[in-house]
Amino acid sequence: MHEMMVAQSLIEIISDEAAKHNAKPVGAKISCGTLNPVNDEALRFAFEAIGKDTLCEGLKIQIEHKPIGARCKKCGEEFRVELSRPACSECGDESFELLPDAPLLLEEIDFETE
Amino acid sequence: MEKINIEKKILRENDKHAFENVMFLTDKKKLCLNMISSPGSGKTTILARTITELKDKLRIGVIEGDIQTDIDAERIRATDAPVIQINTEGACHLSAPQISEALRTLPVDELDMILIENVGNLVCPSAFALGESGKIAVLSVAEGDDKPAKYPAIFAKSKVLLLNKIDLMAGGHVDFDIERATADARRLNKSLEVFPISARTGEGMSDWYDWLVESVRKGVD
Repeated sequence: MHEMMVAQSLIEIISDEAAKHNAKPVGAKISCGTLNPVNDEALRFAFEAIGKDTLCEGLKIQIEHKPIGARCKKCGEEFRVELSRPACSECGDESFELLPDAPLLLEEIDFETE
Repeated sequence: MEKINIEKKILRENDKHAFENVMFLTDKKKLCLNMISSPGSGKTTILARTITELKDKLRIGVIEGDIQTDIDAERIRATDAPVIQINTEGACHLSAPQISEALRTLPVDELDMILIENVGNLVCPSAFALGESGKIAVLSVAEGDDKPAKYPAIFAKSKVLLLNKIDLMAGGHVDFDIERATADARRLNKSLEVFPISARTGEGMSDWYDWLVESVRKGVD
């Protein structure tokens, strides 16, 4: 349940931005990588629990899970890694270098407009 | 409705402290390893034996992370190594600000390296950078050889995998396919070093000690 700390940080950042824009946040889009995933349900639950009675109460979160890529050491192809069977999509070789995983990112906030 | 582009790292507070810890440890030229495993894999037993058997070669300081109690710190204290206990009070992982504080208390200048024992949990700790030079995954054979396939993240991010409690296999108490676990653990991480060990009997520990001594000699990479 590290989603608790993720939700806490998220609320702090969104509250800061809301103060800056002087508007009520109603939605947020976040994204995460493959090796640093969040569980959608756990994050929404934590966000709802911690966000109650704050500016973030009722805010809807959209979560995008980004795949991790790799570069084949044999043919140089860059491909999307299937965790269950990672191999080059071009030549099938299993020697590859992982590309950096996507960080846990707050991408956008939707603010209410009058 | 108005969309505002933010593009901010959600764990930026943690990452900021992790970066400061990296700078601090690099400046002092100290290796720092973050041990991660499920509860009960034998992390503390591995640490205590390692500290005792390497005491003429390496001065090791320890940061212990647990939800409650200082039981682990007491076990490390018995080896005479300096130790800081962190209680996370419910949190399932250590975070970088806690390590910053521990590093201020440990006698870092007198040490060759720092070993962090994270809270027992095979998932969450791997998502939080602490400023370590590398991660050490520990898996005991009693947990099953399917774990690297089921929990790929920690094995993909580690420098070393310690397969502990192999004495249980010799006794016929546990079936565990070392080759399967190793192949699955290396699927995303070809350079992962794997050491089958028993921290209880000492079997296999010398390869792990050699790796540690060599890593300290080479310095932080």
